[in-house]
Amino acid sequence: MALISTESLTIDKRVKGLSIELHRGEVLGLIGPNGAGKSTFLHALVGIEDYIGKIESDDADLSGFSRTQRARLIGLQPQTVSSTWPITVKDVVTLGRIPWGDEDDDAINQAMQLAGISDFEDRRVDHLSGGERARVWLARVLAGQPQVFLADEPVANLDIHYQLSVMDVLKDYAAQQHGVIVALHDLSLAARYCDKLCLLKEGECVSIGSPAEVLTESLLHSVYGVEVDVDLNRIPPVVLPK
Amino acid sequence: MATKIKIIPWLIVTLALVTWVSLGQGSVPVSVLQGLSDWFNSISSNEALIIGEIRLPRTLLALAVGAALGMSGAALQGLLRNPLAEPGLVGASQGAALGAASVFYFGIFANAGPLAITIAGLLGAIVALLLMLSLSGTGRPSLVILAGLAISTIAGAALAVVLNFAPNPYAMQELVFWLLGSVSNRGLDSLLILVPALIVGGAIILTQRPLLAALSLGEQVAASMGMAVNRGSRLVVLGTAILVGASVSVAGNIGFVGLLVPHLLRPFTGYRPDQLLIPSALAGAILVCLADIFVRLLPFGQELKLGVLTSLLGAPLFIWLVIRESKRWP
Repeated sequence: MALISTESLTIDKRVKGLSIELHRGEVLGLIGPNGAGKSTFLHALVGIEDYIGKIESDDADLSGFSRTQRARLIGLQPQTVSSTWPITVKDVVTLGRIPWGDEDDDAINQAMQLAGISDFEDRRVDHLSGGERARVWLARVLAGQPQVFLADEPVANLDIHYQLSVMDVLKDYAAQQHGVIVALHDLSLAARYCDKLCLLKEGECVSIGSPAEVLTESLLHSVYGVEVDVDLNRIPPVVLPK
Repeated sequence: MATKIKIIPWLIVTLALVTWVSLGQGSVPVSVLQGLSDWFNSISSNEALIIGEIRLPRTLLALAVGAALGMSGAALQGLLRNPLAEPGLVGASQGAALGAASVFYFGIFANAGPLAITIAGLLGAIVALLLMLSLSGTGRPSLVILAGLAISTIAGAALAVVLNFAPNPYAMQELVFWLLGSVSNRGLDSLLILVPALIVGGAIILTQRPLLAALSLGEQVAASMGMAVNRGSRLVVLGTAILVGASVSVAGNIGFVGLLVPHLLRPFTGYRPDQLLIPSALAGAILVCLADIFVRLLPFGQELKLGVLTSLLGAPLFIWLVIRESKRWP
């Protein structure tokens, strides 16, 4: 039984008949050029974008879920997050409990620990570096203990240290019998961290499968229009434009 | 939550003190305790008359108006995620002013006596609000501001027409003085409108505390956490308009309270919009009551209107805020 699956999911003309399956313990990477429909697809999964088609979790149709039930099942970290007010790190993470209507200290502390931000829980978010803040946004979603964690380009604008640390957090979370869907632009990171990849172009799925199946030079060339060097046997794997 | 709020007890103590001072402040020195006890026990004495009929209504009105303005400001700033948002923005102030002006002009609600202005003001605020809500549709911040501005402008223009063709100079003078904002000579009857409005509007806003908290991280995050953003936003605007409409219809325009109070308190509530509501109501009550005491202390023959004072004091602070904001986002 898939933790989450979609069947011919269509959203306006931005996503066309997309079908995916995510099982517990898996990280699914969404890759593709800008405007391929990655964010739109994630928004539909979490229920903030209207769609045609079917989304199921453990064979239950999500259209029968209330907003709250859905928010407890699926957590989204949008592409850009910012805090209007200079609240503390712990207050941001506590916001993640809103779907549950509580302020469960265990969940909050555990989330901060997973994201590695416990040391500065009392600092104000506006006083943090971009990398520290990225992990605070992660912890906010983790505090809601969603079964499915959707992350929309969580490593954009981060230095290589924080790119790895954010991806490690997501990978560890998936390993605890959860599922992670992550939209990525960095194909080397996609090859390194994702169990499955879905390559999108103009809202359509060009290829879905293991990194070895999807990250081929010919496929990537046809989608991105640039020549790409692929070496998946290296540790870590490398996928770079020529 | 992580940030514990300890400011409320202090505000309550200050509120009690200010209330006491306000009851004791006036042209004739009287014993507040004596006056209150005589008034409660229906003993007719000078003290009972002064405290019960003049100072108590004035003080209670100042408190209620301040609470309404303070809370609506906090709610609106949280909803629109803009520290410069102000209750006048939703268009309710101008709507109420137009409604009240119509009473002076057309003499409607003649049977309601002194409450006529208040009732008309409230109706005006409600009409302005309904128009604004239908215009802004989804309750999106930018649209709320635009729709509020549009309605304010129309109501302002209509008000100018009413003033232009005022039947006699006295009616016009009375109207202008009323618009300037004051809590004196209103009578306890006004509380019959203000208190229910405070309870209903306040309760509507307080039910949306999780939404205001979630909106700190933006609409997308709030919606992804299961919040009904559009419906909740409309409820907050509705609650705000009830508060503003009722207070404007009773006391005229008392500017800047809704803008400044949340600002002053934000550092004491961990900058959390959901934790700012009750403290802002309390501090708004304190501020308006203090301003009203100050107005009574001024040695002028004619009393300076409360709304004029709050604007005089508030405007420089507002300018300072604008300068500070402009430095934050270069």
